[in-house]
Amino acid sequence: MDIHIKDITKSFGGNLVLDRLNMTIPEKERTCIMGPSGCGKTTLLNILMGFLQPDGGRVDGVPRLKSAVFQEDRLCEDFNAVSNVRLVCGKKTSNRQILSHLESIGLSIKDDMAKPVGEFSGGMKRRVAIVRAIMAQSEVLFLDEPFKGLDGDTKKTAIDYVKRHTGGKTVIVVTHDPEEVKALEANLFAPWS
Amino acid sequence: MFALLVWQIGATIVNRSFLIATPAAVVQRLFGLCTEAGFFGTLGFSFARIVSGYLLALAAGSLLAVVAGRFHTVEVMLWPFIQTIKSVPVASFIILCLIWLNSRNLSVFISFLMVLPIVYTNMLQGIKSTDKKLLEMATLFRVNWLKRIEFIYLPHLKPFLMSACSVSIGLSWKAGIAAEVIGIPDGSIGEMLYESKVYYSMVDLFAWTVLIVIISVVFEKLFVYLLRKLFELLQTPRV
Repeated sequence: MDIHIKDITKSFGGNLVLDRLNMTIPEKERTCIMGPSGCGKTTLLNILMGFLQPDGGRVDGVPRLKSAVFQEDRLCEDFNAVSNVRLVCGKKTSNRQILSHLESIGLSIKDDMAKPVGEFSGGMKRRVAIVRAIMAQSEVLFLDEPFKGLDGDTKKTAIDYVKRHTGGKTVIVVTHDPEEVKALEANLFAPWS
Repeated sequence: MFALLVWQIGATIVNRSFLIATPAAVVQRLFGLCTEAGFFGTLGFSFARIVSGYLLALAAGSLLAVVAGRFHTVEVMLWPFIQTIKSVPVASFIILCLIWLNSRNLSVFISFLMVLPIVYTNMLQGIKSTDKKLLEMATLFRVNWLKRIEFIYLPHLKPFLMSACSVSIGLSWKAGIAAEVIGIPDGSIGEMLYESKVYYSMVDLFAWTVLIVIISVVFEKLFVYLLRKLFELLQTPRV
């Protein structure tokens, strides 16, 4: 089922962030939402994820099983990468599968896996967050600037990884970068343009 | 060493063994106490009760903090009790307990009362300051409560719990022994302190006091070490 956003309005302390926003996000496709900083993209995502209630309007069709890469990494920093991913995966997912995913997004199994993620660089943490989101059982995937802090080959590897593992899944990506839209082969919604 | 030096200088200046015993005399008396019949029984009597009160308070304080952190109404309801326990003089509680309870278990109760508000306050502060963004993440990913405790709450609460334990161990011994001195339960360290006062034996008083300090410090070091190891065990699952 498509996700329907109807006349969504949201204010914070008198500041109108979302003003009667309307859009339809197709099911089982990748959709990128673009807009200038502060226009309300993350607020919209938080409404879709259920963390915020809109002041007006409604949202229909958001599946129950959600997964996300947040604007912040939101990792458990005292635990290693595998543990962070295992936290959200079912028992059927083996350590070997998790390690395989982490390796395919460019993390070194030999050097990195024993360390707590608190010792990782920003780019490494980001990639763990992406793997966590991909491997969690979900019907819809929210990605809020998922490739922030990644550059060059690392970013390309991460984009390829996301593309490879999100075929046939509803994916909503917030991004500033039109190149990411192209690379993800995603629909583009830019209601603030 | 500096503390011993200050003590020795003080004893030398005062030069009255019935006012301040010298370190040498106290050490000699300590060795003498160890060989006396009933010494280890006395030690065990007080140790078991004070540590029991301490551990009960640790459990109860943590549990109450969890409930109060979850339900603000509970926090509000508990506030006057916690404030009362913090403010009422220990001696008042000791005398009340002597009327209500058997003097044999007085130190359990007093130790418990002194430690409870410290553990509760520290743990509640820790729970309330837990990263809400991590909790949101756990909600979105449908992480169960046991995993939330293991991955989010325990690592965050560790410094609060360690601080509460470190601060409250000494206090539990101080208050527990004070309760025994007033209640004078048979076979307790408090009774020994009371008798040193009755027989005006300054060496005995100093010796038992030094013993209490040694036990308290050793117990604190050991307990905090074990707690740290427990947290390390919980936080480093194998790959």
